[in-house]
Order: sequence, then structure tokens, then C-alpha cells
Amino acid sequence: MDRKKEAQDKDMGRRDFIKKVAVGSAVTAPLMNFQIPIVRVSLDELLQKHFKEMSEEEKKRVIERLEKEHRERYGVDVKIKTTEPLKGVVWGYALNIKRCIGCRRCVYACVKENNQSRASPEDPTVGEIHWIRVVEIEKAKIEPGTEGTDFRTKFGDVKVGISLEEGEHYYDPEKVPEKEYIYIPIQCQQCEKPPCVKVCPTKATWKEPDGVIVVDYNWCIGCRYCMAACPYWARRFNWTWPYLPKDEINPDMHYLGNRIRYRGVVEKCTFCIQRTREGRYPACLEACPVGARKFGNLLDPESEIRKIIDEKRVFRLKEELGTEPKFFYYMD
Amino acid sequence: MRNFVQFILYSLRIALSGNSKYYAWLASLLVLVIFGTYSYLYQLQNGLIITGMRDQVSWGLYISNFTFFVGVAASAVLIVVPLYVYNYREFEYIVTFGEFLAVSALIIALTNVLADVGRVDRLFHMFPIIGTPNWPDSMLTWDIIVLNGYLLLNLLIPGYKLYKKYMNQEPSNWIRYFILLSIPWAISIHTVTAFIYAGLSARPYWNTALMAPRFIASAFTSGPAMMILVLLIIRRYTFYRKYISDKAISTLTQITLIAMIINLFLLLSEIYTVFYSATVHQISLKYLFFGLEHDGKLYAALTPIAWISVLMQVTSVGLLLPKRTRQNFKALALACALNFGGVWLEKGMGLIVPGFVPTPIGEIWEYMPSFMEAVIVLGTIGWGLLVYTLMLKVAKTIEGKQNLPEE
Repeated sequence: MDRKKEAQDKDMGRRDFIKKVAVGSAVTAPLMNFQIPIVRVSLDELLQKHFKEMSEEEKKRVIERLEKEHRERYGVDVKIKTTEPLKGVVWGYALNIKRCIGCRRCVYACVKENNQSRASPEDPTVGEIHWIRVVEIEKAKIEPGTEGTDFRTKFGDVKVGISLEEGEHYYDPEKVPEKEYIYIPIQCQQCEKPPCVKVCPTKATWKEPDGVIVVDYNWCIGCRYCMAACPYWARRFNWTWPYLPKDEINPDMHYLGNRIRYRGVVEKCTFCIQRTREGRYPACLEACPVGARKFGNLLDPESEIRKIIDEKRVFRLKEELGTEPKFFYYMD
Repeated sequence: MRNFVQFILYSLRIALSGNSKYYAWLASLLVLVIFGTYSYLYQLQNGLIITGMRDQVSWGLYISNFTFFVGVAASAVLIVVPLYVYNYREFEYIVTFGEFLAVSALIIALTNVLADVGRVDRLFHMFPIIGTPNWPDSMLTWDIIVLNGYLLLNLLIPGYKLYKKYMNQEPSNWIRYFILLSIPWAISIHTVTAFIYAGLSARPYWNTALMAPRFIASAFTSGPAMMILVLLIIRRYTFYRKYISDKAISTLTQITLIAMIINLFLLLSEIYTVFYSATVHQISLKYLFFGLEHDGKLYAALTPIAWISVLMQVTSVGLLLPKRTRQNFKALALACALNFGGVWLEKGMGLIVPGFVPTPIGEIWEYMPSFMEAVIVLGTIGWGLLVYTLMLKVAKTIEGKQNLPEE
């Protein structure tokens, strides 16, 4: 026991050394602000620790710097939180595909809430980033298995099936819903066994105690291995700097959620971590005009989401891969 | 220590002196490197948006070339094993060609990784102590370990032997253990690289147990093919020709041929299994060989590359099988070029890109590398060839000095 603690202390000592050099004193401050040319990264940013290894004090200092960065880069005063996950909670999502009309209001509510890049009017290479994709599938193409097979999960029985190979997410009719189609909005499925977390070479993405997969945008090296590993195409890469007009920025931010991303890092849906940890619903749910989206605590047997899993016909995407999504699709 | 410094200085002097042809060759490589570096700086400044990659196909030319050149690096073992395990003396002279080929190929592979990551300034997050490597879960972490280890081994072994030769001493016995270690290590680098892809259930095209065997087979045919080309060039254009025996080349030819036959056999097995069972997962291979139709439009950018690659590989077997063409150096050179080119196309565009098409939610999006991206890759190859040339020059001069008096 003692030895383990000793090793930990030593570990801390080593990191503290870097940190001591890195922050604080008036002598080193100008040095730390030094920007490495071409990549334009300050030493302070470069020497920042992994989020999970930071003490409360370090987090506070990093947040201060990040808020300053937001001010300088985007001209807005933002508040970046590090709210901890709620105890005894594992978030789950359920979506009624019989109700979804494919209007994409969830997509744009998400963009607004989570500060995704907008299309730049000046630079055509800077496009919109969407965390939610609504896939349109011909009703006839839904696998027969959808309506039948039971599959036992930790949180109740679900049904199997739906092939996405025939999907189309650029559908653009005059009016939705179209008669012969169903719509399947897909965002991060917050897998219980996330392949993206397994493959990340730097532990820059991980599963939080409330079941949400998050990314430390200051630790991601941008190798995009997680994107190759994700069976749901839920991860987005910042191929360039995001474009965000000043007055469209949501200043209520979370470090692991909707703060504005850097160029060269991966981002994804967090079930609106900045809202849900304060008892609010995700933005996509609130935007849904037909009430197709349900959200709640999977550990609470009385919750609405558990009732849906227990009583409705439920399936998860690509069940056969064993990723155990906490995003459930259902029909009534 | 002083001797070692002198050895380094001596090596530098050799590396930088030569006739005008040598300088012309170096200069042309330098041009590649300069263009490549310029483009890379441009990419650093503007981001990966300047490449042809997007979210749909998020790995492209960089990772393809990384994969291919890891294979070339691994193939050095094919010279090391006959020489050091079976004491096949014909390979004594050419073993440095193999070892330095490994070093150069690794330089190309690793610089391609550098080019691919979005935040190169944070690369140290992968390393132990200063970072948080996700070991043993992430195959990329494994790959960084085995690639850097292999790089060190292949600098140490030939470097040490050369130093001893320079000092007119016999190498000590301990180096033998490193040589033996380098054999399984060579297999490991390409196996781990294959595992990066093979372990992803999200990508059925890669998610096959044949991936690692196919990687090894294709590496063991394209590596020796490259080596034969280099040896033929050296025999033709430099005075080292007398040290490269016909027998050494003929042995390499056989290795290349056998490995290519195995490679094609594995490809056939893959094609059979995928197309005969004809599940939804055949779609990527279908895209590669036949293209996919969507809304009346045919997406088939890779189809010509796939067929040309197969054709090149089959032709190289056709040229290597009959004794008459195999022993004709012109035909042999052609066969090796076809072999190398065929495998490069297969690993280059045919292996990585179709894994992303269609996307896991059914979108068909075609990747084409951008001009800048191609220049950066050419630059990395320029780096590799430059290092290869300089190291070979030093090695062959030092070895030659020792051997010449025997004439």
C-alpha cells in the first residue's frame, strides 16, 4: 500500500515539476505565453495536463486561460464549467422512429447549443459540423428482424435490426415526412463498450461515470483512429478552425462538452453534458416538435426511459457488434 | 568515445563526397524534400483541410503510405534470417542493403504519421512518462513502441558492425542477440500495423483474420522486389558490382516469387469468402473492384487502380515463373517494378480507402488526394531515399576499403 502511494507521490512530483515550471510566477508568465510559430500554440497550452490528472486548482487555472482564449479568438465572454457527473446516474436516450418526421430541428438545435462550426461566408472550405445525422430509409428496406427478435441487455430486452447500408442523410424533399420513408436520427450512441475509447492512443476520450463518452479537446492528437473505429459515424474532425459568428456562440460551456473546439481535434455528442449535469434535458430533445425523443436515468427503474425499454418494441443500432449502445430506438 | 566521434565525422565526409552523378542524385532528392517540407509547413499553417480527406474518408494517402512502408521495413528480415540463422554467405554483402532499407522505410512510415495527425505539437501525449499512452488497449500505442524499437535495432546492428569494421576489429558476440531479436521484431511491426485495422468491427472490410497474414505476404514480396531493383541499379552504375553475386539475386528472386504467389492466394481467399457469402459486408470490396451505384450515379474512382494492381502482380508472377525471363535482368527488373508498384497500389489506395466506403451510415463519398497531400508524401519518400543513399554510401565505402586489398 505504502509503496503504491509512494509511487503515486513520485508520479505527482514529476508532473508537478513540469507544472511548476509551466504556470504561475511572474518571471515565467511571459515565457508561458510564448507562441510557437506556425502551429501557434502557447507553451502554457502545450504543457497542460490530461483533464483527469489535474487538481482542482490546476483546472481553475486552465479554465481561466481557456476563457481568455475564447475572448481573444471569438470576442465573447464565456463561462466554462467542469461540473462533475451526478451520482447514481447513467444516462440513456430513447427515440421513437414511428414519430420522427425527419425535420432536422434536433440537428440545428444541437449545432446552436454545442457551438459547432457554421458554414463560413468567406471561406468555402469551412463547413457546418453536425453531431446528429438523420438517415432516411425506405420503409420497405427495414429488415424483417426489426419487429421480432429479442435481445437481452443490462437495461431490459430489445429487438434487433435495421440496415443502414441503404440510408440517405442528404435527403431534401419539399416537405417532410415523405410517405414511404422512415427517419433514423443518429448521434453518438454512448456505448457501454465504446470501440472509440479502446483505440485512442492517448486516453483523450473516455467514458464518464454517467455513461457519457467525452473528449478532452486539449489532449486529443487528432489521429482519427476513433473515427475509424466508430460503427455509427458519430465523430467529427475539425479539418480547419471552426467558424462561429460572435452572436451565435452559446457562452454556457463545459470543458468536456460544448466549448469551442480547436483545429485538428475530434468532437462528438455528449448528450449535452453542460445541461444534463444540471438537471436539464439535451437540446435535441427540447427541439423535437413531435416528442420523439426521451431521455433519462437508466439506473432508475421508475424512469420514463426504463418504462420505454420495458414496454415498447425497442432496438439498438448494430447490436451484433457488441458495443451496447445506451441509445435506444423504439416504436409504439 | 573519441574513436566513435572520428567514425561519425569520417562517415559524414564519405556521405558528402562523390562524383557528379552522385551529387545530381542527391540534389534531385533534395528537391523532393524541399517541396515536401514546404507543403508540410503549409499544411501546419492551414490544417488538414488542404488534404483530400474529410469525415467520410478520414484516413487517406498518409496512412496508406505509412502502412505500405512498414511492410517494406519488415522485409529486411528476409536477408537477416538466411544469413544469420542459416549462415547463407551470399547475403553477407547485401545485408546492409536490407537493414538500411528498413531504416529508410521506417523514416518514410513515421513521417507519414507525422503528416497525418491533426495536432503534431501534442504527439508526446502518446509516450510513457510525459504522456498517457493507452497501453495495452490501443494498437497505435503498440505500433509506436514496435516501430521505434525496430528503428533503433536497425540503426544499432549495421551501425555497430560498420564501426567495428572501421576500427579493424571483429564485432563482439553480444550483437548477435540483437540480430536474433530483430527477426521476430520485424514480423511484429507489420502484424501490429495490420491489427490496427483488423481489430475494428466498425469496418467489415478490414475486420478479417487474414489481414495480418496478407500484410506479411505482401511485404515479403514487395520488400525483396525493391531490394533486387536497388541491387540491379548498383550493379549497373557503380563499381560495387563484383560483390553482388548472381546467386544472391537469384535467391531474392525466389523469395519474391513465392511470397507473391502466397499474397495472391490470400487475396483470392478474401475475395472468395466475401463475394460467395455475399452478406451486406461485401459492399466495400465491391466498391473497390466494381464501383457502387447510387441514385443512378456510378462511384468507381478506385476500380482502375484495383484491376491494374492485380494485373501488375499477376504479370510479375508470369515473368518470374519461367527460368528464362527470371534470369534475364531486364525482365527481372520489370517483374520487380510491377511487383512493387502493384503492391503499392493495393496497400496504398486499395486497402485503406475502401474501408471507409460506404460510411457506417451508408454514405458513398469518394476520396481523392489533393495535390499538396501528394507532394508531402513524395517529400517523405524523398527523405527516405536520401537517408538510404547516404547510409549505403558510407556502409559500402567502409566495407569496400576492407575488402579491396583481396583483389
